[in-house]
Amino acid sequence: MAEYQTYPYDVLVIGAGGAGLRAAIEAAASGVKVGVVCKSLLGKAHTVMAEGGVAAALANVDDRDNWRVHFSDTMRGGQYLNNWRMAELHAKEAPARVRELEAWGALFDRTQDGRILQRNFGGHRYPRLAHVGDRTGLEMIRTLQDHGIHTGMEVHMECTVLSLLIDDGRIAGAFGYDREKGHFIHWPAKAVVLATGGIGRAFKITSNSWEYTGDGHALAYQAGAELVDMEFVQFHPTGMVWPISVRGILVTEGVRGEGGVLRNSEGKRFMFDDIPDLYKAQTADSEEEGWRYTQGDKNARRPPELLTRDHVARCINREVKAGRGSPHGGVFLDIAWIKQHIPNSAEHIKRKLPSMYHQFKQLAEIDITKEPMEVGPTTHYMMGGVRVDGDTQMSTLPGLFAAGEVGAGLHGANRLGGNSLSDLIVFGKRAGEYAAIFAKQHPEPATDPNQIQASVDAALAPFTRGAEGENPYQIQYELQDKMQALVGIVRVESEMAEALEVIGRLRERADRAGVAGHRQYNNGWHTALDLGNMLTVSEAITRAALLRKESRGAQFRDDFPNKDPEWGKFNNVIRRGPDGEMIVEQMPIPPLPPELKAVIEEMK
Amino acid sequence: MPDLPQSAQALFRIWRGDSNGGAFQDYKTPIDSGMVVLDAVHRIQAEQAPDLAVRWNCKAGKCGSCSAEINGMPRLMCMTRLSELNLDMPVLIEPMHAFPSIRDLVTDVSWNFRVKKTIKRFQPRLPDEPDGTWRMQQVDVDRVQEFRKCIECFLCQDVCHVLREHHKHEEFIGPRFLVYAAALEMHPLDTVDRVPDLKKKHNIGYCNITTCCRQVCPESITITENAIIPLKERVVDAFFDPLKKFFHIL
Repeated sequence: MAEYQTYPYDVLVIGAGGAGLRAAIEAAASGVKVGVVCKSLLGKAHTVMAEGGVAAALANVDDRDNWRVHFSDTMRGGQYLNNWRMAELHAKEAPARVRELEAWGALFDRTQDGRILQRNFGGHRYPRLAHVGDRTGLEMIRTLQDHGIHTGMEVHMECTVLSLLIDDGRIAGAFGYDREKGHFIHWPAKAVVLATGGIGRAFKITSNSWEYTGDGHALAYQAGAELVDMEFVQFHPTGMVWPISVRGILVTEGVRGEGGVLRNSEGKRFMFDDIPDLYKAQTADSEEEGWRYTQGDKNARRPPELLTRDHVARCINREVKAGRGSPHGGVFLDIAWIKQHIPNSAEHIKRKLPSMYHQFKQLAEIDITKEPMEVGPTTHYMMGGVRVDGDTQMSTLPGLFAAGEVGAGLHGANRLGGNSLSDLIVFGKRAGEYAAIFAKQHPEPATDPNQIQASVDAALAPFTRGAEGENPYQIQYELQDKMQALVGIVRVESEMAEALEVIGRLRERADRAGVAGHRQYNNGWHTALDLGNMLTVSEAITRAALLRKESRGAQFRDDFPNKDPEWGKFNNVIRRGPDGEMIVEQMPIPPLPPELKAVIEEMK
Repeated sequence: MPDLPQSAQALFRIWRGDSNGGAFQDYKTPIDSGMVVLDAVHRIQAEQAPDLAVRWNCKAGKCGSCSAEINGMPRLMCMTRLSELNLDMPVLIEPMHAFPSIRDLVTDVSWNFRVKKTIKRFQPRLPDEPDGTWRMQQVDVDRVQEFRKCIECFLCQDVCHVLREHHKHEEFIGPRFLVYAAALEMHPLDTVDRVPDLKKKHNIGYCNITTCCRQVCPESITITENAIIPLKERVVDAFFDPLKKFFHIL
């Protein structure tokens, strides 16, 4: 039997970004013993990268805003595949969650009368995003971290979970290792909250950090929980395209919210050429009206640059393919032009978008107050994930909860900017609350030593194969290349069928991956162990995308370019079959209750 | 920016080892225009040294994970462009010196997380409005927002001679946590007094404002002038009032 340390908890939270920390704070506040496991150091999770803001209908800037408008904006953005209960709870509870952050020390930018300032963002009818310049995510994670460390939670930094443990059909904890020393760790727990974030590292061009290898998605799937909406991968329209080494790094939507415009190589604002019917009534007719909107004119409609992310990404893709792109294969995003309207615009831009200014200055030697940026789509966010109950965030596996990006439902077929940070705190809180209740109501689960041994054996296998085995980095690069090329922004059946073959071949190679050296902070070993999760997630994305024979939200199929009302009645659900095969099937969406239906009608 | 020739290569001299010691090892690798030091380290890892240990996350200067010493300067590897280094010489990459080694470029920075817990937490005043919210002016928020830009890369701790040279980790909290304390002390809503702790427990007096920390901060926080000096002034006001002293003598 392998050696390992044991740390038992009532509630174990896996992941320490916004959702994980918020869940841990809530669970700890109810008096249960809480452990947090995170792959990085505390406070480094991907939430720090979030820039634009947190969406909440505070109505501080425009008093016409309320939860009903936010709810219907979220449903429209998600093309009505959303879990409507989650969309309702999210819209209703986000304001209280944001105010709570302020009570814990967060310092948002202010309105003239001293309240929390809110900015415009794509798909939101009114200025709704509470923000701190363009580093809102950092403010949020630091607030939760600094509050959380005084609540009694124990944090296991730089640890990776290898498997979830099961006892008689319910969760029994997790097993993994610490990255620094390579020691194995057993975390028995009555309830587990997954808050592991997304899957961006399965693609070549991504705004996501190395951590985003789909661990939570794959762990839940392997443990028998269901996944949903996995075909919906959000490609953010504006990532950096040059230099190559920074390709994919996010350029916040806030640039467009502050008046930035997209132009092709002919200098044309191409977004005016293609405005979807669903949004015609809400979109500006002229450049002049669009500018007024970004400057807070309540009578103006938003510029087409602020249409939903899926649409803007496809328009950029089209311009580049048509030969109207920028020198390095993107389009131009110009904020410098506002000097026509604003005196001292350079200072204004630096104050509103400080990290964008530094990012381009330092990494690309471009001064965004003087010249346009080059941008193109980048893999950004996973709408799909663990299927959960809207109220409790519990998955189909009793005792296993999921919140944040790894949970699914709120965003449907496409997420609105700003709805992610609010998702983290609204459903992080709920997951923590209900996980604690579950833990109080259930006895200690039993531990099955065979499950632990199987995990140990699989984890050590790459060392047995040694340096003669396959290089794990090369397998990872090939998967990223193929997913980008074959299951990216524009999809077609033949390419996705090819992707499935490639994934099968790469799985065989991953089974032969080998590493040299020892277990202490061995990045090669870590990569070899991540491969399984990335392959599982890639297969789920591809199979769900193949099954959905229509274009909707983030999924665009060249062979089925139109939206099919019939498909609007279903989500795709993924689960592990009895023989380990991946099963994908349609699941009918429960009908909207009349009062929510009325809200959507009212807001049309 | 001038494009580099296709065949350009550079030599990287990377410290490999652990708490028992180690040595520099040379790696030659191809470089492209626009590359940063972290890209080169990743390429070396993927092609020549799969078990080379390096800590990183966002690769955009936002998370503060990839702190190291490059040609002797504490910097973020992800924000150090090769084009600003002299590539005629080997590029020297070492782990931070002020913290114990774990392996290669990775150090044990857990001390920082323990220190933070010893600083009294934020406690707001009662809400200003019946709906439980507060009113603050942007100008009052601005001052603290500068400190809250900190990405906790700990480069300021690495360069601080009280920690690096004199190893006063048990007595002195270092520039990062003086900035943290300043953010709390100057927070418009906070009600806690941390000044006695700063003097007696956190030993702010050890800092003699050499400004090394400010010079390495990747977020350009004016650590010494805006955070540490005002805190020192508060300590002086509270403990070294000459009039009080005078009356005490009488």
